[in-house]
Order: sequence, then C-alpha cells, then structure tokens
Amino acid sequence: MKTALAALLALAAAAAPAIAAADAAKPTALDPVAERRTMALADELRCLVCQNQTIADSNADLAVDLRREIRAQVAAGRSDAEILDFMTTRYGDFVLYNPPLKATTVALWFGPGALFVIGFVVLYRVLRGRRERIADDRPLSEAERARAEALLAGDSGRDRV
Amino acid sequence: MNKFIIPLAIFMALVGFLFVGLGLNPREVPSPFIGRPAPAFELARLDAPGERFAHTDMAGKVWLLNVWASWCVACRQEHPLLVELAERKTLPLVGLNYKDEPADARRWLEQFGDPYQLSVMDRDGRVGIDYGVYGVPETFVIDRKGVIRYKHIGPITPETLEKKILPLVRELEKS
Repeated sequence: MKTALAALLALAAAAAPAIAAADAAKPTALDPVAERRTMALADELRCLVCQNQTIADSNADLAVDLRREIRAQVAAGRSDAEILDFMTTRYGDFVLYNPPLKATTVALWFGPGALFVIGFVVLYRVLRGRRERIADDRPLSEAERARAEALLAGDSGRDRV
Repeated sequence: MNKFIIPLAIFMALVGFLFVGLGLNPREVPSPFIGRPAPAFELARLDAPGERFAHTDMAGKVWLLNVWASWCVACRQEHPLLVELAERKTLPLVGLNYKDEPADARRWLEQFGDPYQLSVMDRDGRVGIDYGVYGVPETFVIDRKGVIRYKHIGPITPETLEKKILPLVRELEKS
C-alpha cells in the first residue's frame, strides 16, 4: 500500500511540470527579444472571441492561432506596423486596443474630454449662481416680507407663487 | 418647470443611448472585407483530399462561402437552412471546414446532409485568419469578380437569408 502510494506520488510529481507546461502559453521562439516583441504586439490586440481580453491574455483557440501568426511574422522580420496592418485588414480597427484617430473614432477620442469640459462648465455656472444667490443681501421687498410672514404663520403660501 | 425638464431630458437621452447600445450585438464587428477581393486560398477537398480547390475556381459565379466545423454547435443550428438552400439550387455553396478533423467532418455531413458543392479543409485555420473568421459559422457572399459583398457572422437565420442574402445574390447575378 505504502509503496503504491509512493509510486503514485512520484508519478504525479513527474507529470506535474508537463501539465503545467501544457497549460501556460509556451514560448516556442527561442529568441527572447522576438518573444518579447510578439507578446507586446499580442498585448495590443483584442481577442475577438472573448472581446475583453487581449490576444496575449486569452487562451481561446483563435488567440493561440493569432499569437502563433504574430510569432511567425516577427520571426520573418516583419515590422510592428506591418503586423498590426495584417490584423486590421482582417479584423478591422476593432482589434486594436489603441484605436487610430480618424473620422469614425473622433467621438471615441474626444468624447470623454468634451464631456469633462461640459461638466466643468455646468459645475462652474451652478456654483457661481449659488454664490450670487447667497451673496444677495438686499432687504426684502414688501411682497417678499408678506410672504415670509405668511409662511411663518403656517400658511403654505403656495397660491401666491 | 424648467427644473424638471433638464434632468428629464438628460434622463431620456441616457435611456435612448442605453436602448440602442444594449440592443447592439457586440459580436457583430463591422467587417473590413466588404467590397474587397476575397483572400486567395488553395486547399485540399474534404471529399477528395487528393484534389485541391482554389477560390479562383469559382470565378464568374456568385457563390456562398460558409465556414463550418463539426465541433461548432451553432453550425448545427443553421445547417437545415443550408440543406434547404442547396435543394433550391439557387447558387453554389462552398464549405470551409475550419480547424476540424476530416473524419469528424465527413461523419457530420453524412449525419446531417451535405449542402455543399464541396468543402475544403482548413485544418490549421490559416485561411480562416485570412478571412478574419472569429465566430464560426460565418458566411460570405462573393460575386462574379471574386469580391466579397456580404458577411454574416453566426448562424444564418431564415430572415437574413430571405431578406438580405438572397436579394443581394439575385442582384449580383443580374450584373
């Protein structure tokens, strides 16, 4: 029993690295510089199967294939721009996590900034309006005094608005 | 009164954006292929692995290229529609058997019927990458000059077939 258990444990220990290696995205390129470039490029590209992951993060079949494709192109000496161009001609600008600035992406690039400016202007005007109202210390007019008295007396004063 | 109109307008605008935004299908990414020549390929045929088929073999015809696989569940969903379309003989249908085992693919066609004029084997998915395939099944309408005119991602529904694909095919066949 004990020997059987020991054998089993030994087997598991032997198999563990193999299992771990099978699971991780294994670098097949021996050149670490090329591999770094591959992963940097993969990190800029959206995986279309699981859309909120990059090709570098995703283990979807397509992402694995595309990593292999990028690796092959890096090995073939293609430039980053050429590889990104290869991807956009096939999958559209949508694959780029860093989208190019053009007519269709103007709202994407400047929308948040525009919203921020609009929000800031609105906030400024609201605050200034409030300050003016607070700073307004001229005496009450006759009508206002009458209304204030009516309110204090318990009359809702609604009909006078 | 003004006090209520502004927040109400903002709220309605937000509702409008959400209504449209949540109704969009994020899987339908605008394809860069429409109006561009179909990427070249030459692959072994599924029914006769010794023979090869190239996209140029279809020159002069309006045809459908349907990307499918035996492991693809949604393909099973659209398959009866393709079989029906094949029976009508409106246009040739070519299958791109994507990242599949040939034996599994052949068995699948035996089981569910073979609507394809022929299927080619893209075992490593390289042609799939050239066609920007990311959600099998996908269907391309290719015109006489070999230009991609329409791309449908996901299973074809009777509605898209009747309202989009077939009218487009009829129009392309006239020209």
